[in-house]
Amino acid sequence: MNLLEMKHVKKAFDGAQVLQDISLQVGEGEIVSIIGPSGSGKSTLLRCATLLETMDSGELSYLGEAAAWNDSQGKTVYAGRKKLRRIGENYGLVFQNFNLFPHYTVLKNITDAPLCVQKREKAEVYETAKTLLKKMGLEDKANAYPCQLSGGQCQRVAIARALAMNPKILFFDEPTSALDPELTGEVLKVIKSLADLHIAMVIVTHEMAFARDISDRVIFMAGGVIVEEGTPEEVFASANERTQSFLGIYGDMLR
Amino acid sequence: MDASIMLGKLIAGMGVSIQIFVMTLVFSLPLGLAVAFGRMSKHPVLRLAVQTYISIMRGTPLMLQLMVVYFGPYYLLGIQVGSGYRIWATMIGFVINYAAYFAEIYRGGIQSMPAGQYEAAALLGYNRVQTFFKIIFPQVFKRILPSVTNEVITLVKDTSLAFTIGVGEMFTTAKALASSQTSVIPFVAAGLFYYVFNLLVAVVMDRTEKKLSYYQ
Repeated sequence: MNLLEMKHVKKAFDGAQVLQDISLQVGEGEIVSIIGPSGSGKSTLLRCATLLETMDSGELSYLGEAAAWNDSQGKTVYAGRKKLRRIGENYGLVFQNFNLFPHYTVLKNITDAPLCVQKREKAEVYETAKTLLKKMGLEDKANAYPCQLSGGQCQRVAIARALAMNPKILFFDEPTSALDPELTGEVLKVIKSLADLHIAMVIVTHEMAFARDISDRVIFMAGGVIVEEGTPEEVFASANERTQSFLGIYGDMLR
Repeated sequence: MDASIMLGKLIAGMGVSIQIFVMTLVFSLPLGLAVAFGRMSKHPVLRLAVQTYISIMRGTPLMLQLMVVYFGPYYLLGIQVGSGYRIWATMIGFVINYAAYFAEIYRGGIQSMPAGQYEAAALLGYNRVQTFFKIIFPQVFKRILPSVTNEVITLVKDTSLAFTIGVGEMFTTAKALASSQTSVIPFVAAGLFYYVFNLLVAVVMDRTEKKLSYYQ
C-alpha cells in the first residue's frame, strides 16, 4: 500500500488550469524530488496533498484511507473534518518562508502542537524537541525567538517543528528559495541527514544537485503535467526535449 | 463653599468617570471581538446587520446615542425607568459605541495576519479556536495596540458626555460647581484630571507595547 496516493488531480485558479491530471504515489520511506519551472504547479500539488488547497477533481489518500474522492460528476468530495484531522497526522509541511510563530520561542514552536494538539507526555515531548534541536545544530537556540535567528536557522526550526509531530511523510515546498547560498547549504545538509529517519519526503526544489543526490525518484513537472519521472540518473540524462531545455547547463554538469 | 468641599465633590465625580471608563473597557473590548467576527462572517444577513450597526455607531454622535438609550425605553417603548437607570444607560451607550470602534480595529488586525500563520497552524493540527487564541490573537493584539491606545484616550475624554443625561460624573460636577461658585477653578481642575488620567493611560500602554517588543 502506498503511503500517499494522488490520482488524476486537477486544479484551476480563475480559469487557469494549474494542475491537469496529475497522479503521484509515494511509498513509505521514499524520497521524491519534484523539479520544474516556476508556475508549473509544483507548489499547488503539495498544497493539494496537504489540504491547504482543495482539488477540483481527483482522489487523495494516505495509507489507503481516502481523504478525497470523486463524485459521479468527477468533482472532488472531501471526507469529514474529524477524518481529515486523523489523516492529517500522517504528514507535515515545511514552507518556503518558514511560517514560524513569532511570539513563541524556538522550543515552544516545536513543543506546543505535540503538547496541545497531540496531548503527548510533557517529558517525552521535551526530550524529542531536545534531540531534534541537536540534530538541527540549534541546541543553544531553544530559548531564542524566531526574529533573533538567521533564515537558515529559522528553516531548521521549522523542520524540527514538523518532525516533532512524528509524521510519516514530510513535504518541503522550496525550503531554500528564501535563503542565500550559504544558508541554503546548511539547510540542505540537514534535510540530507533526515534520510536515516526513514520517513518519506517529497521535496519541491530548484537545487538540482541536491535533488540528484538525495532522491530515490525525481519528477519533472511543466505546465501542470508530469513530463517525466524516474531515478535521478534517468531524469537528469533524459533525452526528452522539454526536460533538457529546463535542465540546460545543469543537465550537462550533473550527467 | 470652601475648597475642600469643592475638591470632595470633584473627587466623587472622578469616581463616576473612572467607573464609566473601566466598565466600558471591560465590556466593549470582548464585545468588540464578537462584533468583529460578525462583521467577517460568511452569513450575509449577519454580516449586513453588523455592518449596519457599526455604521450607525460610528456615523452618529455618541451624545445622541446616550440620549436614545436613556430616553428610548420611555418615549419609544413606554417603559417607565427609575432614576437608577441613568448610570446603566450611560454604560450601555458607551459599551455599544466603543464595541463598534474596537470591532473595526480587531478586524483590521485580524485581516492583516499573513495566511502562512493559519496554514502552519492547520498543518500542526490546531483547531480553529486554538489557532485563533494561541497563534493569531496574541499577534493581532500586539499589532493593534497603538490604535487601541488612541481609542482608550478618547474614551477618557468621552466620559464627560455622560453629563448630557445628567450623570454626576467629573465634568457634570465641574460645570455645576463653576456656575454656582462663579469660578473657573473647577474647570481647571477637570482639565487637569483628564490630562493626568490620559498621561497614565499613555504610560501604561507604552509599557505594554515595550513588553511585547520581544518579537517582531
